[in-house]
Amino acid sequence: MSARVHDITLNRRQFLIVGSSVAGGLVLGLPAIGADHGDSERMIGYFIEIASDGSVVIGSNQPELGQGVRTALPMLVAEELDVEWSKVSVRQMPLGIVKTADGYTWKYGGQGVGGSTGLTSNWDYMRQIGATARQQLIRAAAERLGVRAHQCTTRPGVVTCGSLGTEIPYGDLVADAAQLDVPDEAPPLKDIDDYRIIGTQQKTIDALDMVTGRTRFGIDTVEPDMRYAVIARAPVLNARVKSFDDNDARKIDGVLDVFTIEGPEPGAPYTILASGVAVVADSTWAAMKGRDALQIQWHESANATDSSEKFWRENEAALETTGQVVLDDGDFDTAMASAVKVVEGRYRVPFVSHAPLEPQNCYAYVQEDRCHIIAPTQMPSGASRAAAAVTGIPREHIHVDMTRVGGGFGRRLTNDYVAEAAMISKQTGWPIKLLWSREDDIRNDFYRPGGLHELRAGVDADGKVVAWTQRLASGSKYYRRPNMPDENLWQAELYPDDFPKGLVDNLRLEYFHNTIGLPRGSWRAPAHTANAFVIQSFLDELAHASGQDPLQLRLDMLGDERELPYNGHGGPTFNPGRLSRLIRFVADRIDYGVERPAGRGVGLATHFTFGGYAAHAIEVTVSDDGRLGIERIVAAIDCGLAVHPNAVRAQLEGGTIDGLSTALGLEITVRDGKVQQSNFHDYPLARIAAIPAAFETHILPYDDVPTGVGEIVLPSAAPALANAIFAASGKRIRNLPIGDQLAA
Amino acid sequence: MTSFKINTESVDFDGDPGTPLLWVIRDHLNLTGTKYGCGIGQCGSCIVHVDGRAAVSCVMPVSGVDGRSITTIEGLAATQAEPHPVQQAWLELDVPQCGFCQPGQIMATVDFLKRHPRPTDEDIDKNITNLCRCGTYVRIRKAIHRAAELMAAGEGT
Ligand code: FES
Ligand code: FES
Repeated sequence: MSARVHDITLNRRQFLIVGSSVAGGLVLGLPAIGADHGDSERMIGYFIEIASDGSVVIGSNQPELGQGVRTALPMLVAEELDVEWSKVSVRQMPLGIVKTADGYTWKYGGQGVGGSTGLTSNWDYMRQIGATARQQLIRAAAERLGVRAHQCTTRPGVVTCGSLGTEIPYGDLVADAAQLDVPDEAPPLKDIDDYRIIGTQQKTIDALDMVTGRTRFGIDTVEPDMRYAVIARAPVLNARVKSFDDNDARKIDGVLDVFTIEGPEPGAPYTILASGVAVVADSTWAAMKGRDALQIQWHESANATDSSEKFWRENEAALETTGQVVLDDGDFDTAMASAVKVVEGRYRVPFVSHAPLEPQNCYAYVQEDRCHIIAPTQMPSGASRAAAAVTGIPREHIHVDMTRVGGGFGRRLTNDYVAEAAMISKQTGWPIKLLWSREDDIRNDFYRPGGLHELRAGVDADGKVVAWTQRLASGSKYYRRPNMPDENLWQAELYPDDFPKGLVDNLRLEYFHNTIGLPRGSWRAPAHTANAFVIQSFLDELAHASGQDPLQLRLDMLGDERELPYNGHGGPTFNPGRLSRLIRFVADRIDYGVERPAGRGVGLATHFTFGGYAAHAIEVTVSDDGRLGIERIVAAIDCGLAVHPNAVRAQLEGGTIDGLSTALGLEITVRDGKVQQSNFHDYPLARIAAIPAAFETHILPYDDVPTGVGEIVLPSAAPALANAIFAASGKRIRNLPIGDQLAA
Repeated sequence: MTSFKINTESVDFDGDPGTPLLWVIRDHLNLTGTKYGCGIGQCGSCIVHVDGRAAVSCVMPVSGVDGRSITTIEGLAATQAEPHPVQQAWLELDVPQCGFCQPGQIMATVDFLKRHPRPTDEDIDKNITNLCRCGTYVRIRKAIHRAAELMAAGEGT
């Protein structure tokens, strides 16, 4: 790397440099500050590398879980760089953090995907990187031709100088461009009308590797001298290891070591979920057999009497009392008393598991003064923190490589499995790959919280909703979070600026916490999945009970386009008119107004999640003996500007199916402190037969700024299904999952 | 000692004959395209071909394939440059999201199309039972139909 280095401020925390690669290409990116891994690591750190043959490698700094970010972010760079997309390949970058006086900062921009922010938070940043590289090439050409830079422009892969009629391919300019300082001022970005790549139909850039089995997921990691580890986990929530007999386990060929892993104090914030016994072997199978042969005595757990029955009983009882009022707009009691009709319903939303198809796993190699982690993770900085906490090694000496992730859904925001792997490597001194079995995964998750919701609304003589309340008793996601006061637990479960805030004058939200010992965490679109289901189902009930049409009632409440303040994630504003547009659109597509025969019906729902808008219309049949058929699905999203529309559609398909699969059959239950489900036979994800061929996706463009997508597409699917079931059968689904509730 | 053929290579395995074929393929032969998703024959991520027929390798002891011939996702295409028509269809429809289930989906489909060269949606519903947690079922269905077309056209030439 022989580069003249010049820093420019891209934004407050990030710096750009240009340089030349070993092969003489142009490299533009971020300096590998304090690089002590040699040139190969420095190379990986760069965002763009243009070779002299004009081919381009773009670094993707975010974890790829199937949401398409590995393709979408390079599209932003390539757009502003002005190259043919076919010339681009992509390289996954590792975690980059740099020690500063008061902590750590990012080396390659913020890294981590949750809350559908992967694209939105990198939108400006990645485009600026591309535009800066293009400007370097233009300046190199201008210098060579003896003209001013503004007399030159580009077409894909080529700098053109109109007045001289000269064209120079990027590849011929890279050596010169690498020698030029980067000006302080960021170059202007393209106008939306000039986009040639953003918003166009592109395919997943590494699909060939995926369909030929060449992609390496975390579970596929193989490193020199690597051993294999599994952990025997407590059958009862929070039980601790009392003692174990490993005589038989150690007799198994290939078993190398067996020892206790210490978990957090019961009730304390999670480091890992709970204690267990680790088995290390020379193959996965030997480790699993060794684990089966262990005899473990567990301490009695305080959660040994936890059960789902008790959880629901307690929630029912709680709703008979007064909870924590977290929102109280207008004069709720007076308005409710004045209503000519009051409608009420209670809905149950169960705990569910993430169950990404790639089970949790992590490679760790802890040495004296450094540590190497290879993990499928949504939050690589969390992986670095987790490994630092259990090894005591400073984070700048922990190298975290990210693999393609076999599904995340929020599970891999938590890096407990990274901490476990680091503990096992530290204890043995070996490089190890920890694997969770599917049973480990389903029985030991940070589940989506279950809760009992009570909805009540009053309408006046004109059918206008004048008072509305939602009362929720649930296990908050914030349970066992560090520094989390009890009075804030509700914040993970009720989003006060959601619908119908600002649309109903007298509005009250009330919360009751349930302390069941099930761990909980973020599950794709967190509380939006529960709240959209209950609110969109209840709106249907309210419409029918007050003699109104469910579509019209929604349109009346949502109204036209206007911005309402929204303080939660996805703000600062919420535009209910964008939901009106979507729900009208899907209703039209599915011929909502057309009468169906008995046993067939259509349901609608729409929801605003994390800055994006979505709606579903679903048509079902319900036979006399209660067999449900999903006949047709129309899904639509308004995500502002769709940068990578093919991936937006894929998310619309996948998110809808996730919502439906979960509503149809998924539930985690507890008895005697034990999670009752263990694998896909009793945690039955939907299969292809449940999903009709008649499935349309629509992207309704809005403005020139992208919102996230991955979570936005999910919440309205389940209530649209429940509303369709009601339209077809007259049966109202108030408890999820639907299971066999329709059986006569 | 268990001896079998895997993607044109001959292999002898002298470990525990009860080891599931899946773990021999992944840990001992380092062919990691075949995935572990459940270990109980529910998800189909581990499907390989044994003597040309799809089989879940996670519940098949390696002793059961003695003398037999195995194909994994890595050995499906004749050459790297020319993917199998099912893989081509998968690329055309851009099926994968996270991608983890896809080797198993493709291996299941190749075998399925041998017996249902022009499948109906109903045939697919009855026979393709692999799980996809990302919900790529809409594209899988289209890709299966497309692969059938590609294969029929290939035979005609
Ligand atoms: S891993 Fe074999 S079927 Fe799931
Ligand atoms: S693509 Fe992710 S499980 Fe199928």
